[in-house]
Amino acid sequence: MTSPLSRRSVLGAGVAATLPLFGCASRGDGAASLGRVVVVGGGYGGATAAHYLRLWGGAIDVTLVERDAMFVSCPLSNLVIGGHQQMADITRPYGALEALGVKRIQAEVAAIDAARKQVRLADGRTLPYDRAVIAPGVDFVPGEVEGLAGAAAQQSILHAWKAGPQTLALRRQLQDMPDGGVFALTIPPMPYRCPPGPYERACLVAGYFKQSKPKSKVLLLDANPEIQSKKVLFERAFAEHYQGLIEYRPNNELKQVDAATRTAKFDFDDVKADVLNVVPPQRAAELVRSAGLVNINNRWVGVHWLTMESTAAPGIHVIGDAVFGAPLMPKSGHLANQHAKVAAAAIIQLLKGEPINPTPVMANTCYSFVTVSEAIHVCSVHQYDVAEKTFKVMPGGGLSSAANALEGRYAFSWAQNMWADMRLA
Amino acid sequence: MLVARCSQRRRRPDRRPREARTWAATRSLAVAALAGAAALAYAQDAQLGRNLAATCANCHGVDGQARGDLIKPLAGMPAERLITALAGFKSGALPATVMHQIARGYSDEQVRAIAAYYAAQPAAR
Repeated sequence: MTSPLSRRSVLGAGVAATLPLFGCASRGDGAASLGRVVVVGGGYGGATAAHYLRLWGGAIDVTLVERDAMFVSCPLSNLVIGGHQQMADITRPYGALEALGVKRIQAEVAAIDAARKQVRLADGRTLPYDRAVIAPGVDFVPGEVEGLAGAAAQQSILHAWKAGPQTLALRRQLQDMPDGGVFALTIPPMPYRCPPGPYERACLVAGYFKQSKPKSKVLLLDANPEIQSKKVLFERAFAEHYQGLIEYRPNNELKQVDAATRTAKFDFDDVKADVLNVVPPQRAAELVRSAGLVNINNRWVGVHWLTMESTAAPGIHVIGDAVFGAPLMPKSGHLANQHAKVAAAAIIQLLKGEPINPTPVMANTCYSFVTVSEAIHVCSVHQYDVAEKTFKVMPGGGLSSAANALEGRYAFSWAQNMWADMRLA
Repeated sequence: MLVARCSQRRRRPDRRPREARTWAATRSLAVAALAGAAALAYAQDAQLGRNLAATCANCHGVDGQARGDLIKPLAGMPAERLITALAGFKSGALPATVMHQIARGYSDEQVRAIAAYYAAQPAAR
């Protein structure tokens, strides 16, 4: 670990070393550039980082590498699964980011080479960087649930935990399910992406059943001992709106699936479902694993919180769900956006050879729908703690007093403004 | 005007945490030769407000330019108005869905920096 003194010394040395370089650096075309930043991943974290590097940094060459042609939002995607929104409502193009001067490359990243400071694409191209921002999201831990990797299981047992084709596919499975069927949703052990997400999904699927298939049932099988977010509010929603429609079972960790019979196997019993929706156990995406950046619990990336720079490799800033969160910091799209702004501000200062912000702040507001119109929130403010070198949650954050329609409208407003903050609208 | 602002800033007792003060000293030393300490201090203040205001942008829009008709645009709002509103949220005097909780996470000094930043932004484009 670096002591405060040596960290300051290192930064001081960095200032001295980089100033002469960047002070007169210029490209062949005569335009001075502060440096090259490659952003990998165009989700809540990556798109925000690309936006703010351009917005605040000016003359920085920003390249965004993203495998998909369009952004699809996980937040609001449970409304598509419940039948209240279309895919088009949660899909946004990257054109506005490009208009701001972000060079976008639609490609798969093969590797990050920290030693050579290069991002290598699957098609063989290499992208050199002065600093990289990696926002890779999560991958599912292979082998953790027996039988899930098989071809039949991959086809029929969906996660829909990365918004996209599976979101719509799960909607179709629910539409095809006969009335009187069972929808079983399994929740992995914490930490996983979007802690309240599974409980919101249970509400919205139950709402669909209530309306269209009233003899059907939602079975919520949680590996954790209790509801992991907005607990009292979800319990109230289950009781007020979905009595007899949602059955919640804590301490049920999925061990195995049988795709042929759509059976989920736990320690003590088996559950047969008509639609089986497995949210698998998660860890930082394979890209950062193979780059050697996963250094906490063999699952997550450790970062220096002032800069979001990896504790394993200098020059690589990792943001979003792949990061091992600070205390009480959930894996949310909102926080990925906030990680991105801390990273962007720090990178600009580092490229300029100027001191970084010593007291960054992050905030989180997360809405969940419990009916088609009513939402609930959890919010928090996180301030950097100089002594402990991490973000600490401030007193005051909390939950809605009750589900309400006004917050339902705020949830849509959140998405509209959030996507604009990512320069996707 | 810049100089006046900075010298005013200097006269106030420095109540920042020890490490923050050391940081300030380090950064002043590092760039004094290049940019001049006064200009830098001003830039750092402006950046502090900018960075803090960016924690509001997810809901309130980039630089306070809110989208939609539900959220009050903060761009161009007189600083005193925003400071009073946030104090009202903090104390509970102003009703809110989330702001009574979020406002409590920021110090009065941070609220002033945020308010100054938004006041300086051009009103709704």
